[in-house]
Amino acid sequence: MPFDYAPAPESRAIVDLDSSYGLFIGGEFVESEGGRTFKSVSPATEEVLAEVTEASADDVDRAVKAARRAFTETWAPMPGAERAKYLFRIARMVQERSRELAVLESLDNGKPIRESRDVDVPQAAANFFYYAGWADKLGHAGYGNDPQPLGVAGQVIPWNFPLLMLAWKIAPALAGGNTVVLKPAETTSLTALAFADICRQAELPAGVVNILTGAGETGRALVEHPDVDKVAFTGSTEVGKAIARGIAGSRKSVTLELGGKAANVVFDDAPLDQAVEGIVNGIFFNQGHVCCAGSRLLVQESVYDEVLSRLKRRMATLRVGDPLDKNTDVGAINSAEQLAKIRELSAVGESEGAQRWAPSCQLPERGYWFPPTVFTGVSQAHRIAREEIFGPVLSVLTFRTPAEAVEKANNTPYGLSAGVWTEKGSRILWMADRLRAGVVWANTFNRFDPASPFGGYKESGYGREGGRHGLAAYLRRSDR
Amino acid sequence: MTTVLTPTAGVDEATRSASSLRQFLHGLPGVDQVGAEERAATLSTRSIKTTAKAYAIDLAIAMIDLTTLEGADTHGKVRALCAKAQRPDPADPSCPSVAAVCVYPDMVPVARAALDGGAVKVASVATAFPSGRAALDIKLADTRDAVEAGADEIDMVIDRGAFLSGHYQQVFDEIVAVQQACSGAHLKVILETGELATYDNVRRASWLAMLAGADVIKTSTGKISPAATLPVTMVMLEAVRDFRDSTGRQVGVKAAGGIRTAKDAIRHLVLVNETAGADWLDPERFRIGASSLLNDLLMQRTKLVTGRYSGPDYFTLD
Repeated sequence: MPFDYAPAPESRAIVDLDSSYGLFIGGEFVESEGGRTFKSVSPATEEVLAEVTEASADDVDRAVKAARRAFTETWAPMPGAERAKYLFRIARMVQERSRELAVLESLDNGKPIRESRDVDVPQAAANFFYYAGWADKLGHAGYGNDPQPLGVAGQVIPWNFPLLMLAWKIAPALAGGNTVVLKPAETTSLTALAFADICRQAELPAGVVNILTGAGETGRALVEHPDVDKVAFTGSTEVGKAIARGIAGSRKSVTLELGGKAANVVFDDAPLDQAVEGIVNGIFFNQGHVCCAGSRLLVQESVYDEVLSRLKRRMATLRVGDPLDKNTDVGAINSAEQLAKIRELSAVGESEGAQRWAPSCQLPERGYWFPPTVFTGVSQAHRIAREEIFGPVLSVLTFRTPAEAVEKANNTPYGLSAGVWTEKGSRILWMADRLRAGVVWANTFNRFDPASPFGGYKESGYGREGGRHGLAAYLRRSDR
Repeated sequence: MTTVLTPTAGVDEATRSASSLRQFLHGLPGVDQVGAEERAATLSTRSIKTTAKAYAIDLAIAMIDLTTLEGADTHGKVRALCAKAQRPDPADPSCPSVAAVCVYPDMVPVARAALDGGAVKVASVATAFPSGRAALDIKLADTRDAVEAGADEIDMVIDRGAFLSGHYQQVFDEIVAVQQACSGAHLKVILETGELATYDNVRRASWLAMLAGADVIKTSTGKISPAATLPVTMVMLEAVRDFRDSTGRQVGVKAAGGIRTAKDAIRHLVLVNETAGADWLDPERFRIGASSLLNDLLMQRTKLVTGRYSGPDYFTLD
């Protein structure tokens, strides 16, 4: 008799959704000036969760003005130790409301509750704790004795880790004395709005954090607003390039964290069971909606058959379904649009001659779903080996020698992350020296820590987030 | 570049000589400690509720080797344990009996008499349990003594000293000799993973025992801490899974020591399910060596049926 896990859904009663949401400007929720509304949908069920406002250009202007006022009058002049108190308070409130935030994130984004509960929310809190600690020690961060904030930051974040990316953006900005106007992605506004409530609850001075929901137009109005001093964007390379063009020649400083097509390199002396876990975690974590996902598996030919058979066996145990079920491993694709893109690129993979395989799994009838999929027989020339799919789709390639592995791993316009699997320490260091990627994981994958900088080479963007390095994006070096 | 003997490649030649055995064991893929512990921790977050919990609790009860291995054991104590093994919950005939009663060799006749006619097996530790520090002929005499007294299963210990000093052939030969002395009784080989210290060693010792003919590989004596941890059991489950892929022979696993609550037991069953697979979810293929665990399982079982927790006085102490 098989061991069938009974449904173990996390209760959504803890989430108190309003039917519609305004914009968070100057410390309070306000109505839009001329903006439209749109619906935020649960990708697992297509259920409408709430009506959200699409902020207009006038709203952006109001928010930037509120941020400017808070910057000059309150936040920048405030001693770092005082700013730290607010950040610590926010961090604690994120922890206190962690179950609510996790359920809300899974509802709105489609990611499994196990991940929102064990990764997204604790990591978001950890980022606020980490940067709270820097707020009164900025003179020791390596940017001169008295580094200064840049001013008002316009921040645009993606839908894959809505609350966590918000934390990555807001925590270092605030620690440095900047104020922010942040726009969450249009499909995942709800945890950002819950965070606005946390700011209110923490009695953060009005205007220090402003949250504008909306889509591309709102984002453009924000990054192009003349009174924004600093632009921070995480998202697709295509939009990142447009932003870079849009602000070229202006005085704005910018950091971009863009796409990736990471190589996960498995040598024949790898710890195979853990390597298989790392491959699975690398590409199926968060449905593959991860900019640093290990979407290109490079396996040494001498262990190819063994790795593939172990990988397929492991993939067959992945539990795909209800994001709120505590036993779900792979949740829903975030939107119909993203699902269409994944399907399109997968079809291209097949037509280019790669072999497609997915374990048999029953997908729910409603909502946006795609099974964990692996393509074998992929070559460097295939589009699925070059373009970011941003879904649970793995392309498998092979190599014969370490030098060939490096060459293939680096043969991409991107350079965000890479993984190396070998029991040989010297080879790890040799590879790390040569891989052109911002992060190189050894015998692990998708590991994050607030103290560790993250960011890309080449078309994966520039600037670093996290750690002491992440402060550089929000500080002007002092000569003293 | 180093050549790696994969399990599938070298298993036939592995036992030809001391050096080929050594080469084979050292050619097994390594275990990354951080990754293995992370995977076991992730699996331990599985939420097993309602019907799944009822299934798991009954299966766990049926997998128990109900154990008493004390210097203070008496005939009376062993008879009480045997009664409990056959009918763990006297109030509920639908409650399954455990798999076996596990005792020292001199208590085997008592257990045999108490259990005769029933489905519960008699298991005996042997080979100078728990340290294994005795001459081979004494270990073999110990084994034969238990088998002749009526033991269905023998739980032997490996010579950890020999293993740690790299004398794999000696450990191998000893297991083979004990297996012959078993004359048909089921052989469980205790690795005492708490003394092997690394997961690489656990994997090598698992393969060594399986190659030598173990029917079951067992984590611990219960006398050393740590005993059966989740990652250790997981590494051993990977070993039996890979061994079957290579040889076609299905070896069982016994997790013993430190599993005291229903929650712990269910976590182990989840590991079995998602590591080795459903073929091992059977008392013939997976055992839990325990004593106090049974009462916690019974309390959880009653709670599922009645919706209420009963006090410990409603469950027999042995």
